[in-house]
Amino acid sequence: MRPADTAWRPRADWAALRLRAELLAQIRAFFAARRVLEVETPALSGAAITDPHLASFSTRYSGPGPQYGRMLYLHTSPEFPMKRLLAAGSGSIYQIARVFRDGEAGHRHNPEFTLLEWYRVGFDHHELMDEVTELVKALLAGRLALAEPERLSYRELFERHLRLDPHRSRVQDLAARAARWGLSVPPGMPLADVDPWLDLLLTHCIEPELGQGRLSFVYDYPASQAALARLRPGDPPVGERFELYLNGVELANGFHELGDAREQRRRFEAENARRQALGLPAVPIDEPLLAALDSGLPDCAGVALGLDRLVMLAAGKTSIQEVIAFPIDIA
Amino acid sequence: MATYSTNEFKGGLKIMLDGDPYAIVENEFVKPGKGQAFNRVKVRNLKTGRVIERTFKSGDTAEGADVVDVELQYLYNDGEYWHFMDQQNYEQLTADATAVGDAAKWLKEEAICQVTLWNGVPLSVAAPNFVIMTIVETDPGLRGDTSGGGGKPATLETGAVVRVPLFVQSGEVIKVDTRTGEYVSRVKE
Repeated sequence: MRPADTAWRPRADWAALRLRAELLAQIRAFFAARRVLEVETPALSGAAITDPHLASFSTRYSGPGPQYGRMLYLHTSPEFPMKRLLAAGSGSIYQIARVFRDGEAGHRHNPEFTLLEWYRVGFDHHELMDEVTELVKALLAGRLALAEPERLSYRELFERHLRLDPHRSRVQDLAARAARWGLSVPPGMPLADVDPWLDLLLTHCIEPELGQGRLSFVYDYPASQAALARLRPGDPPVGERFELYLNGVELANGFHELGDAREQRRRFEAENARRQALGLPAVPIDEPLLAALDSGLPDCAGVALGLDRLVMLAAGKTSIQEVIAFPIDIA
Repeated sequence: MATYSTNEFKGGLKIMLDGDPYAIVENEFVKPGKGQAFNRVKVRNLKTGRVIERTFKSGDTAEGADVVDVELQYLYNDGEYWHFMDQQNYEQLTADATAVGDAAKWLKEEAICQVTLWNGVPLSVAAPNFVIMTIVETDPGLRGDTSGGGGKPATLETGAVVRVPLFVQSGEVIKVDTRTGEYVSRVKE
């Protein structure tokens, strides 16, 4: 048989696809037992994420109706409409959503993937880390042995692995550290912005070591990397954001959610300005979200967990394509 | 030459780095949870064969390298350069010792070789996978030994030395796999 004759078949094996279905059922049972409501929100929105490092797919609606000709963006996460539900009084909610990110493909990325996203009213980011731990432990029980979880602040992480303080290092310090590590520094790294340098060191020197055989949480990010997290004043102020790693794989990103509409608008506008400086198109800001924040978001924490990566780890695979029936190249 | 975005990177793509042509061996996309994405790329220097790792910011570009593989006929060696001919247009090209490298000992006049050209100049030469050559010198085999076990060195017409079975004699014609440097069989004239 020629190879082309089997190209229509799923990439993932049946064991992986059955495991995916089992994990989805377990997740729904976990939240049902905790009275967290499952919700669905639109994948298409008139607004997009302003983060310069995220690229939304877009399309144009061709009618019928008054929305004729409207530009619509496929969501990169269901965060904005879920916060509108929270502001409207939903209480704690979760969603299993297919999301879309242009320009992302590799062993750990597919342009279309599944996020488990949930919000807990009254939780801060540490309480939510407790719940993430319980869920992931339950899902991996009997599938992957785990040592006791650990939590490290972003500062402790860089001090442990690279012996530098990420909040006080300058670009030249980070560049020197990268050189000492023997990293090939990409051309065109900015001289006035430390974040891409921190990202370079994190992805190349630290991530592969992170969470080996255990859940490793990293929390309290530099204010410049807070995204949609609230800032905690201090010296320096930090973003109340966390990431979860397991076996070198980034699994989840969470926030103690920012509820300040004015601060959120300022961040959106700054990111749009940054997009334009980078030659990227500015995108429409989510005005309904800002209106919802303005009316009052309950104190809450939220997290998005990459389900394909979790299935990959539970199945003992090394790429998410092995647990997706039809990854982008055969979609 | 075209420029390529990291989004177009894939194995085999030829790009320029620090003035040298490279071929991409492996391309890995890495991204922190939020923030700058990178492409970690393994590339092979087409002049030296060395493989190194380079990182690009995702979305950045690299200049393409004008590198093509062509089939050329080997003509002769003038003592310093190896002369080849393009059988399509009869254009002649010369390659130096660096480009010819280990292929030199397998080159027999009129052989068709795969030659990698960089900006139109031979960068590397691959000998045909199999060559047919005459043995010019080898020790006489032991009488009665036809098993081929053990073997002995034999010098070929180009100077290459290969191990051949004991029963193979000077003046005989053999087939050799140039990728492994191993004897394959005798060839009946």
